Amino acid sequence: MSSPEWKNPAIKWVDERLPVFSLMHHSTAGYPTPRNLSYWWNFGSLALFALIIMVLTGVFLVMNYTPHVDMAFDSVERIMRDVNYGWLLRYMHMNGASMFFIVVYIHIFRGLYYGSYKGPREILWILGVVIMLLMMGTAFMGYVLPWGQMSLWGATVITNLFSAFPVVGDYIVTLLWGGFSVDNPTLNRFFSLHYLLPFVLFAVVGLHLWALHAVKSNNPLGVEMKQPEDSIPFHPYYTIKDLFGMGVFLMFFLYFVFWQPNFFGEPDNYIPANPMLTPPHIVPEWYFLPFYAILRAVTFDFLWIIPAKLGGVLAMFASIILLMALPWLDRSKVKSCKFRPVYKWFFWILFADCVFLGYLGQKPAEQPYVIMSQLAAAYYFAHFLIILPLMGKIEKAVELPESISAAVLKKSEDA
Amino acid sequence: MRKLLIAAVAAFTLNLGAAQANSGTYVPEFKDASWSFEGFFGRYDQKQLRRGYKIYSQVCAACHSLNRVAYRNLSALGFTEDEIKEIAAEKEIRLPYGDAGALLNDDGEFFTRPAIPADKFVPPFANDAAAIDVNGALPPDLSLITKARKGGPHYVYSFLMGFMDEVPEEVMHQKGFVLNEDKNFNIYFPGYYNSMPPQIMDEMVEYEDGTPMTGEQHAKDIVAFLNWAAEPELDHRKSLGLKVMLFLLVLTAMLYALKRKIWANVKH
Ligand code: HEC
Ligand code: HEM
Repeated sequence: MSSPEWKNPAIKWVDERLPVFSLMHHSTAGYPTPRNLSYWWNFGSLALFALIIMVLTGVFLVMNYTPHVDMAFDSVERIMRDVNYGWLLRYMHMNGASMFFIVVYIHIFRGLYYGSYKGPREILWILGVVIMLLMMGTAFMGYVLPWGQMSLWGATVITNLFSAFPVVGDYIVTLLWGGFSVDNPTLNRFFSLHYLLPFVLFAVVGLHLWALHAVKSNNPLGVEMKQPEDSIPFHPYYTIKDLFGMGVFLMFFLYFVFWQPNFFGEPDNYIPANPMLTPPHIVPEWYFLPFYAILRAVTFDFLWIIPAKLGGVLAMFASIILLMALPWLDRSKVKSCKFRPVYKWFFWILFADCVFLGYLGQKPAEQPYVIMSQLAAAYYFAHFLIILPLMGKIEKAVELPESISAAVLKKSEDA
Repeated sequence: MRKLLIAAVAAFTLNLGAAQANSGTYVPEFKDASWSFEGFFGRYDQKQLRRGYKIYSQVCAACHSLNRVAYRNLSALGFTEDEIKEIAAEKEIRLPYGDAGALLNDDGEFFTRPAIPADKFVPPFANDAAAIDVNGALPPDLSLITKARKGGPHYVYSFLMGFMDEVPEEVMHQKGFVLNEDKNFNIYFPGYYNSMPPQIMDEMVEYEDGTPMTGEQHAKDIVAFLNWAAEPELDHRKSLGLKVMLFLLVLTAMLYALKRKIWANVKH
């Protein structure tokens, strides 16, 4: 791709010294995109939009927030009551976290369905998993900041998990806490990291986009772009489509902010943290529930040497890290589930399994939920480690279209 | 596929609320009550808030603090500046020391000053220990009570109306249930027994606006007031929300039209 000739002398002058205009051109009007992307391809730009909303609202919240165990809760309530539009900032930040996860989870399942993790997009996919891990860390530490009952006790339960690691476990926990329980030093370091990680996220998102621009978008057919007719420039086609998507997203998001601001929250977090009083049910935020269910599913010792608690922690981390190996676990040459008549159904079973795990994650740790969690967790791993590799070998794919444009033209003739 | 996804996500999230109910112990559905502040167009009823404030200040304030509300906030209930000054001045705020730096005055008491509108509601007890000593348990601060319980205002209403003289059969036959003569039985309170004496009764305070002075009405009014104490921004939030939504609706429709136009000649 050659750079355009800039007519405006000022633009030309700047561009010759710092080619920002060329860069912008290359990633918009000069960036070829498959012509057949569906609305499932809106969720990437929505995720970036959500991240920007989080950073903007977060920066303004910090101006009135006090990271100290004696003042954090009061400072958040002051934001809610006495800071102009403080309630709006806080409710946007609170619900924005949930929206961010909804969008990213859809984005990930989209990738799973259309095989977007396969070559040449392996690094793009792995960076995506890194983004998810960073988001989880950021959201977990953010939830501690208002210092309500669930902040304190959620942090206590989750940080305690690290004590499961042999030898180093207790040191890690002490390091996380900055002492011998979740207390002021913990709140301070979590606040610091909560401010830092979103910017690390930005950097990784930058790499993610860089990788994307090298390998270009996948599409619902899973057939790569081969000829000029397969693609259209990103701008104006997808800029306008993404903008429209943002409008719809904002309405969905702000419905919760204005009418159901505490829908995703726990009432217990409106009770100031009290180290002397354990709440009857400690539940993580909804976006952690499937992983929490996997964590609690391991109630038995593994191979005599791994105690149950460590097994649970390892299983939980493995369930995420595993996703990074996906490009090599899936041996099928066909990307899109559109042309995978059998695997398509396993995709939906996996989706249902994840929703079911989420449901189990908020149930008490008693029967029949424990055995259900064990089965659901086992299925989760079986999907990636057994079914997926096996499918690549035995499934007979439907014949693929010759090219994107051929399929598109055929579709419009049929219609 | 899209419908399936939405249905699944909805079913999943809706479940979060329902799932917490104590499994195995009997808790009836919350009592039926409705308020003007619920729903899409909901707003507080200022007269109701004033009635609720009257109940709070004459009854509940004997035991419960309302630490996050300041006297000046009462302007939202329609009190004038002078009225608020008067209300505040009825309360005394303890000072750490007096004029000459002495801790106690000549009568051996703490120095005090009258409260002003900028002060938060003065609590009934000097500290938690004193409150527990008098009441047998800590009467929680009520500033956030409707947000801090599952079911929100519906729970608080049911709790206030849920005291019973006789323990119902369903509970009596429950495994592990033990009668407790020292505390009060409340069917909605987790664990049933509670240190707060029943408060709601007909004509517990005098209404001047002609509203019937029934127990139910009193309970509804005090809960409306407590909801205001917890979410004073509600009116502003919902009215701003309507404007923002309207704007977004128009904007998004225009973006959609533009998208259609730009894509008109592209087969996809
Ligand atoms: C005589 C003192 C007293 C008065 C008056 C009083 N309360 Fe209470 N209240 C208590 C005590 C003590 C508790 C704590 C009960 C416990 O934990 O066992 C309590 C608890 C509560 C709770 C919390 C229930 C829960 O789920 O934890 C609410 C809500 C409440 N009171 C509302 C009110 C309202 C509204 C009024 C006024 C109509 C009122 N109270 C008047 C003493 C009082
Ligand atoms: C990846 C982006 C982010 C996520 C997922 C996230 C998530 C969260 C969550 C879940 C909470 C708890 C909300 C509550 O229950 O009250 C929170 C609180 C907070 N966050 Fe963030 N956050 C992000 C970015 C930021 C940034 C960039 C800042 C500041 C620069 C910030 C500052 C704060 C502050 C001050 C609080 C405490 C106030 C409050 O509780 O509302 N956040 N965050």
